[in-house]
Amino acid sequence: MNFLSQVATFFSTGSNWTGSNGIVALCLEQAKLSAVAVLAAVIAGVTAGSVLGHSGKGSFAVVNAANAARAIPSFALLTLVAIQPAIVRLQEGGFITAAFTMFALAVPPILTNAYAGVRDIDPAVRSAALAMGMTPGQLLRRVELPLALPLVMAGIRTAAVEVVATATLAAYVGVSDLGTYIFTGLDTRNNVETFSGALLVAALALMVDLVLAAAARGLTPVGLRGPSWSWRHGTAMALATLRPR
Amino acid sequence: MALVASAGPLLQWSWISSQSGTILSLLVQHIELTAIAVGVGLAISLPLGIAAWRLPALRTPLVGFTGLLYVIPSVALMAMLAPLTGFFSVTTAEVALVSYTLLILVRNTVAGLASVPEDAHEAARGMGYTQLEELFRVQLPLALPSVLAGLRVATVTTVGLVNVTAFIGQGGLGQLIIQGFGEDFNTPIVVGLVLSVLLAGVADALLVGLEHAVLPWRRAGAGGA
Repeated sequence: MNFLSQVATFFSTGSNWTGSNGIVALCLEQAKLSAVAVLAAVIAGVTAGSVLGHSGKGSFAVVNAANAARAIPSFALLTLVAIQPAIVRLQEGGFITAAFTMFALAVPPILTNAYAGVRDIDPAVRSAALAMGMTPGQLLRRVELPLALPLVMAGIRTAAVEVVATATLAAYVGVSDLGTYIFTGLDTRNNVETFSGALLVAALALMVDLVLAAAARGLTPVGLRGPSWSWRHGTAMALATLRPR
Repeated sequence: MALVASAGPLLQWSWISSQSGTILSLLVQHIELTAIAVGVGLAISLPLGIAAWRLPALRTPLVGFTGLLYVIPSVALMAMLAPLTGFFSVTTAEVALVSYTLLILVRNTVAGLASVPEDAHEAARGMGYTQLEELFRVQLPLALPSVLAGLRVATVTTVGLVNVTAFIGQGGLGQLIIQGFGEDFNTPIVVGLVLSVLLAGVADALLVGLEHAVLPWRRAGAGGA
């Protein structure tokens, strides 16, 4: 119990929360890094995925490439980008490196899910929309994307959880986020600091997962919700593509 | 010209040939860490999966717990385990790696067993199989495609995660990545990255081969699907 009481002391000490290396600042930095990467990946991934799913052209190659890219260890990509002279020169080099790596990590699950979501839409629905005089752009925006939304959101959720988790590694290339506690703790063999950092990261990742699950539920067209689309079903879909990081 | 140290060419072949012994031993360590994690993960997941399939009440808590593990980042999980199992020990690395194999393996075992057709069950009962005989001779073999599919995902994932265990002194090829970063030197990182991706690909291909070897009826019936 002594160890856990030390952890409790870490969290109940006010000075650990404030300042440039406080819990709040580090947590915000991790959230900022993750948000930048995920937002950029959503724009790129949903656009590319839905266009591919809509047209079907070249989709085999792109989707396969996206899946293969997932075998690249993010840790290797992160360090490789970090040591390039062009990056080292930059003042915010660590943040840019991490944001780029997280972006690269987040695109594949979002792209493949958006692709699958748009591709698997009942052809009859497409025909009906076209028969109503919709242009291909309207079809994509007003019919295909809303119908694909549950899968698109599952992809975004997968990506976001992976990004928040991997953002921990950013501390290794000089970003001051929650990973800082973990790496400093490992370096100095400070069990309490390491453990507390790990708890914070796990809590943040879980929170992101739950918030996005709720958002997915809220954004899903009412007609698609029904009893068959439950929160648990959403969890199962997200986990099906999630990989530990 | 800016006065910034160059990280060198992406691949400096002379470094690779001079370090080939080290690279090889790290590759072997990487394979060992992966094999132990997946092997132990499978040994835990099969009985857990069978139990969860037989006792549906166990299913939700089990899948929930293993799902929770999935959300915890690997560095964080290892850091949380470190005070318990040693800061730079193989045990810490393996406990973390095994944890991550559980969700996919348990889930696929349950899914595989649940997909066994009722006809097969009735035929086994009609032939006088005991429950245990039925499990080993009918149900588990029929669940094998799903279990093997899970094994493939778990293996490829573990190969990637082993790199991260370099932070706690293990890591196989991950050590090359840390070395390259520490020395501002591209080659070790690229070697670690490429070998890690190749290893994942080879392991996956070997498991596909195993699938074909132990599921000959699938090959014949499904026409290569």
